[in-house]
Amino acid sequence: MASFDVIFLGGGPAGYVGAIRCAQLGLSVGVVEREGLGGTCVLWGCIPAKALLESAAVAHRAREAKTFGVNVGEISTDYAVAMKRSRAVSTQNSKGVEFLFKKNKITWLLGTGTLTGKKTVSVKDAKGTVTTHDAKKAIVISTGSRVKGIPAIGLTLDKQNILSSDDVLVLEKAPATMAIVGCGAVGVEFGDVFNEFGTKVTMLEVAPTMLPVEDADVANELARSFKKRGIEVILNAKIDGTKIGKGSVTLSLSAPEKKEMTFEKVLVAAGRAPNIDGIGLEAVGVKLTDKGFIQIDDRMRTNVEGIYAIGDVTGRQMLAHKGEREGMVAAEAIAGKSGHHVNYGNIPSCTYCHPEVASIGMTEQQVKDKKIEYKVGKFNFSANGRARTSGETEGFVKIIRDAKYGEILGAHIIGAHATEMIHELAVARENEFTIEEVDLAIHAHPTLSEAIAEAALDSVGRMIHA
Amino acid sequence: MATKVTMEALSPTMEEGRLVKWLKNEGDAVAKGDVLAEVETDKAVMELVARGAGVMRARLAAEGDTRPVGELLAVIAEKDENIDAILKKAPAAAAAPSAPSAPSAPSARSAPTAPPPSPAVPAPSAPSASSTVVPTPPASTPPSHPNGGDHRARSSPLARRLASARGLDLGRLQGTGPGGRIIRRDIEAAASTELSGEPTRAAARAAARADASAPRAAGDFEDVPLTQIRKTIARRLAESNGPIPTFFLTADFDLTSVREMRTRMIALGDEFKVSYNDILLKVIATALAQHPEVNAHWLGESIRHHHRVDLGMAVAVEDGLITPIIADADRKGISEIARESRELAKRARERKLAPEEYTGATCTVSNLGMFGIDEFTAIINPPEVAIFAIGAVGDVPVVVDGELAVRTRVRITMSCDHRAVDGATGARFMQTLRRLIENPLMLVF
Repeated sequence: MASFDVIFLGGGPAGYVGAIRCAQLGLSVGVVEREGLGGTCVLWGCIPAKALLESAAVAHRAREAKTFGVNVGEISTDYAVAMKRSRAVSTQNSKGVEFLFKKNKITWLLGTGTLTGKKTVSVKDAKGTVTTHDAKKAIVISTGSRVKGIPAIGLTLDKQNILSSDDVLVLEKAPATMAIVGCGAVGVEFGDVFNEFGTKVTMLEVAPTMLPVEDADVANELARSFKKRGIEVILNAKIDGTKIGKGSVTLSLSAPEKKEMTFEKVLVAAGRAPNIDGIGLEAVGVKLTDKGFIQIDDRMRTNVEGIYAIGDVTGRQMLAHKGEREGMVAAEAIAGKSGHHVNYGNIPSCTYCHPEVASIGMTEQQVKDKKIEYKVGKFNFSANGRARTSGETEGFVKIIRDAKYGEILGAHIIGAHATEMIHELAVARENEFTIEEVDLAIHAHPTLSEAIAEAALDSVGRMIHA
Repeated sequence: MATKVTMEALSPTMEEGRLVKWLKNEGDAVAKGDVLAEVETDKAVMELVARGAGVMRARLAAEGDTRPVGELLAVIAEKDENIDAILKKAPAAAAAPSAPSAPSAPSARSAPTAPPPSPAVPAPSAPSASSTVVPTPPASTPPSHPNGGDHRARSSPLARRLASARGLDLGRLQGTGPGGRIIRRDIEAAASTELSGEPTRAAARAAARADASAPRAAGDFEDVPLTQIRKTIARRLAESNGPIPTFFLTADFDLTSVREMRTRMIALGDEFKVSYNDILLKVIATALAQHPEVNAHWLGESIRHHHRVDLGMAVAVEDGLITPIIADADRKGISEIARESRELAKRARERKLAPEEYTGATCTVSNLGMFGIDEFTAIINPPEVAIFAIGAVGDVPVVVDGELAVRTRVRITMSCDHRAVDGATGARFMQTLRRLIENPLMLVF
């Protein structure tokens, strides 16, 4: 039995960042985490997936090496080695969070937490021993989300044939064929990885475009690029049933055309569910939204006084960086500081497949739906000097601005290093710079970022290099 | 050097003012800062202060005259200075903002709510008024280039463009961005509360000219000229019941526990003597703090949920009503609320309220219980999204557990702006109210 000012349920990006901010503000903090610190992001999401994508990128570059005058001999890949490297990177990051906990004197309560009252949490460790802890000021629920499969069409996760992203992160070898159900960020990233590791990949998406939350121009460009590299992309796909055979899975499609397709493995990359079961929410009366996430206000407070919720468990965008910011806002609210709220309209969205996709603000369709008068500026990397030097000329920068005031309504980048470049526009939007300030800021030559300046100029009809 | 005295905007919503009384005669010596006249604005009687020194050479308005903001009222100059040119141009000059028409003393008093000046810049030793007053070159800031200009650190480029397009003066706005920076939402808020803007003012002047009354037979009626406050009430309320889709939620609340608490408080001594209204103000403020969706402003393109509860309370004054504000009411004790509401009501009746004491409430409460009204509906004061109407507190027969009993009850009606508050949202708020009223001990937590 210990007593803390604040107890976090879950040590993922939302929970651990919130915990560190609480500690900075002088509060004593305990974090309940049953697995490793860093949560899905560090252990089963962002970090290990990006490590594998880096392996894929190296393979891709190596195959092109010859045209750069570098001979590397015959190229072969080994998924097991890539997987082990990815696990090692995850572990290293998780240890990093452990170090941050020590530095900030945060207590890691190893085990599974349950609310037993408005100010008490019980923690059950691996041996089944239960301890109860007091939270004097607040309890923060940061339990995150998990993959859930699509049982309605027979896609029940079984760790053998029908896999989640967690499962493919520890595969010993790349399968010969794989269907990926869902062309969201997770789906396209693994599609990219397995394609480079020799798997014949088929991507299935129920929506009419890949990356359905992104701008349609970007999604179409990505589909073009994937198809060019031999990845089969089936849009408007409707799966009616699943048959599991010996070491294979057969999917029955009724749209876009009626057919059966057989694969060695199926990766279900659609649908995540909030982790709200068995953590005692009912006992204290924490209210949920219609979609089953925890309902919060703009200071992360639930309907129960002293209980906060942050990260994936609250829904909206399920992104580590959104959760981290919510963690900070919650910490400041608990410490009685009135900080700035989360600007949910200005959260960058990044997908690390090749070419990378990054965006901020509204898509062109959203701008149209809002009946805002707008202008589009677009610049292709094929006309950018730096992109030509590296041979990465796929993609473009697209900026949508308000016709009258020049406000940057949305920005969409597809191309190499897009996920790094988007932050110029994140800063611009957060500070309410108009398209003019983006142009006035001098962009160095030769850089990929010049494409942003050119797209800004294009939106006012003054593009130089095209 | 002659100083023109113009009708100044003495309150944020003022479009014209009535000259109540001259305090300087022609020929009197005037020092900078002297009170020249009393002016009735739409909300209160304010003082018009001299911006320059010299002799009061000419008075161009008579007591009782109503003049639009910006119009020339008088000229202060040296004893033998030639002011013919100014007088000749009087009607035209009236429109030109050549005299410093920036807010005077009353606006300076609003300084505490303004963002604190950068600590690196020592406050000038000039009178406090000048430190908060930014001279008003209307919309002359170059909006496109961020180089230079004193707005650079305090406003976003987008805010500057929007302000310039809408004719808003950034110097008069209060920023809510990081470090008090003026950002888009501040411009939108200002535009929706008509904080300034020449078009509005011009329109008001045009309307005033158009509404000359036709002659009628004298004797069978009395023409009572509209006071400034009456005009404002009319404009605001018509604005409210027209474009604002309002619905009402009424509920009966059991005051047994509140009565017990009040009896005990009164027994503790005079300083704890509070009214039912004081307790209900506290209850509503506490509930508002828990329901930012009700403690909100409708801004046209967004809804601003307030985290501070600045509770307006309607006070009847001689020829209308005014809603002074109990700032941070949710954080104040009941006896503090009692003290403050008495003081504010008294000063409201004496017309002594400063503009910041009655502008910017996050929500409002009206009480007609003392007139024996059982229940009524109140009209929302935009941009607020709700208002609470409290009826009379009285003992009524009620059925409790199947038995007839006598209970002290009060009926409260919540008017909701449906654009911002849905039925269920309002109902949930009323549930919170019930929980607090029936368990007033919760106010302590």
